Amino acid sequence: MISQADLGWQSLSPDTATLVQLFGEAGIVVREEFTGESAIAGAVHLIDIENGDWGRAAEVAAAKRVRWSAVWGEHVPPRIDVFALLACRNGHLLLRTHLRETGGSLPSQTPFYPGADRPERTVADMLGVVFTGHPDGRRWLRHQAWTENQFPLRKEFPLAGTPTPATPPDCLYPFREVSGDGVYEIPVGPVHAGIIEPGHFRFQAMGEDILSLEEHLGYVHKGIEKVAEGRDVWGLARLAGRVSGDSTVTHCWAACQASEAALGVGVPKRAAFIRAILAERERIANHLGDIGACCNDVGFAFAHAQCARLRELWQRDNRLLFGHRLLMDVVIPGGVRRDLDRAGIDLLREANTRLSAEVGEILPLLYEYPSLQDRLRTTGELTPKQARALGALGYVARASGECWDLRRDAPYAPYDGMVVTVPHCLEGDASGRVRVRGDEILVSLDLLEELLNKLPPGEIAATLPTTHAECRGIGLVEGWRGETVAYVHLDGAGRVARYFPRDPSWLNWPTLEAMIHGVIVPDFPLCNKSVNGSYSGHDL
Amino acid sequence: MSGLLWAIIKTLCVILLAPLMAGWVKWLKCRLQNRRGAPPWQPYRDLLRLSRKNVVIAESASWIFRMAPYIVFSVTCLAVSTVPVVTVQLPVAALADVIALVGFLALGRFFLALAGMDVGTAFGGMGSSREVTISSLAEPALLMAFFTLAMNVSSTNLSTVIGELGRRDLTLYPSLIFAAMGLVLVAIAETGRIPIDNPSTHLELTMIHEAMILEYSGRHLLLMEWASMLKLTLFSLLIVNLIVPWGVALTLAPADLAFAALIVTGKLMLWGMMLAVSETIQAKMRLFRAPQYLGLAFILSMLGMMSHIVLEVR
Repeated sequence: MISQADLGWQSLSPDTATLVQLFGEAGIVVREEFTGESAIAGAVHLIDIENGDWGRAAEVAAAKRVRWSAVWGEHVPPRIDVFALLACRNGHLLLRTHLRETGGSLPSQTPFYPGADRPERTVADMLGVVFTGHPDGRRWLRHQAWTENQFPLRKEFPLAGTPTPATPPDCLYPFREVSGDGVYEIPVGPVHAGIIEPGHFRFQAMGEDILSLEEHLGYVHKGIEKVAEGRDVWGLARLAGRVSGDSTVTHCWAACQASEAALGVGVPKRAAFIRAILAERERIANHLGDIGACCNDVGFAFAHAQCARLRELWQRDNRLLFGHRLLMDVVIPGGVRRDLDRAGIDLLREANTRLSAEVGEILPLLYEYPSLQDRLRTTGELTPKQARALGALGYVARASGECWDLRRDAPYAPYDGMVVTVPHCLEGDASGRVRVRGDEILVSLDLLEELLNKLPPGEIAATLPTTHAECRGIGLVEGWRGETVAYVHLDGAGRVARYFPRDPSWLNWPTLEAMIHGVIVPDFPLCNKSVNGSYSGHDL
Repeated sequence: MSGLLWAIIKTLCVILLAPLMAGWVKWLKCRLQNRRGAPPWQPYRDLLRLSRKNVVIAESASWIFRMAPYIVFSVTCLAVSTVPVVTVQLPVAALADVIALVGFLALGRFFLALAGMDVGTAFGGMGSSREVTISSLAEPALLMAFFTLAMNVSSTNLSTVIGELGRRDLTLYPSLIFAAMGLVLVAIAETGRIPIDNPSTHLELTMIHEAMILEYSGRHLLLMEWASMLKLTLFSLLIVNLIVPWGVALTLAPADLAFAALIVTGKLMLWGMMLAVSETIQAKMRLFRAPQYLGLAFILSMLGMMSHIVLEVR
């Protein structure tokens, strides 16, 4: 048995106050007290630092094993605000700095946090912020869709964009190359043989051994951040529910949490419980589907059929009780749209009992089935060190010993009153990821039982204030993929000025590149499925 | 003359019924997974659909790519014509040599692999390379299994082998048991079934046979698909008629033929069931385990040969 102390960074990392103190000792000027417009509501500790200290702060934090979580920017003419989120032992520290609109540059945090690579390149693409010392100067998200000196998230950029009749072909991205006798390149995607989301994978292989893999994403860039501008909070919640269809509750909850924090609205207890019920149901549905899909990828169609059946039955109950199979638009600002009556609670209990019995039979079988485990074990190993360096999230991290779960470590209502067990293991292979997800189903079933038993009476939605000042808020929710962040800035007229959703996939996609070394080509689909990053949530 | 007619009718029957065999296995697999499944005659609908579709050919394709489907299909048909189905008394029986059969299969595979590489996509080349790797290991094992049978009856002619074995009383020959096990393993590998290949995958990177025909469409794909169903039927026939030779008609009497047809259908259905069960209860192997698997097939066939020499030669 692995003791908690062996696991990951969080027990060793400092708390937010200590980290701020360490910044001070390192000569970083920190501004801490904020009121009104400059404050950010939510479960984060906000500090402002100078532009020049941006990289230095990351260096100090990285040395103390603080986890890096997100970076994003916002155009507030005449300046650009850049934010970086760090996860400490007791919660999150939010760094902010203000830049000039033109000619402003920031020292990159990527040298200290490899996971910051693509997020920083995206900020550069979308806002024109220059990161000095960034090891990779290539564009990331925007491909050829708009020109080099256009920055869509700047306020002057039109909402409709500047579409051209035909987007230039995407063939100029300079991929890393490997040369040598017998080395060949396999381009895969963005269009695949199955009906899946588009993404490009470039393999350098020798025989069947993969030497390196490089991902190129951004094919489903929909401009979600831009179209959020000008919506009201209700419209924002609907949009957030569509960032990634499989995580609709998660993103919607995070966006609502951020808006509610910004507006200073408290969510009724009953609504928080129902939100958690929705989130756990979403977790179970996705875990079931993906465990089956992992088995299908190694030709074990039996498990796939069984898991698909269980997932289908589960989602039909969603439709019956909440009006939508994937639970879209059930979470709304201030609470939830649908209440649960006596009969509904009974139906959910019954579904729990049924599923418990079924997974109790099928999971132990899958965990020990020789021909299946022969494929899963030692395939796509992500070492705890790699997981930590890349800031992996969710089950990907937990299968590599990085045992981090917001529901336990930085709990929000209703999890603050519950004990959440976090399944984990150290193997870091596909088998580990499947096992962690299977165990999470069992934990979620227990949580659902508890939530249904303790469901408090009362309102299911709070009223939102009709008039308010300009305000900002942050939402942090543990989705089935992992920690999900939402940043919301509302102007004085109740319209969204900036919405930034950070899907866990941003940090999990790079782990796939890391785990692929030494894997053979035909095992890649399994590795990919066992990570299952969202393309849509990443490309925005 | 009537014998030749019978031979042509037999070959046509096998060609026409091959999709049913593939559909039967598929349907059984679905049932075993608790799914309703498409009816066993679904492959006919698929072939009909393909026949109505246009052919799309890559600009970089050469004549090999265009010719390959016809060559592969006709060579497989020729191979089928050598296998005794209901009777061993056909004039073409003299043609039915196991070495010729292995040769036909190798010729088809040669063009299939060339066609996979012809267009120059990464997947096709990968599929061809894997196919050739697998078959270079499967072929010796297959020949070794055939030789064991051949030594048992002193002939490499399939009709003679089946006829001779069918005439014998039920005696346990260790050599035949080993050879049968080797033959089954090879048949599974050669027909691209789980655990070596997965005929129903959509994942390009894991494919073997499907990767080679990924660029085909319309009637070309129809021929390729049909040829692979034929190959499945051919190996199924070999297995059921060589391992359980009883029931194959030794004369050309209509009653005997009808009875033999009934028996062989039953045997094929049974073999389809075994195949479906084995595909349901196991996952696909890691690609690099395939050599071990085929090594086992070779060793089993080899053991068959040796036990024949040690135990059975008088």
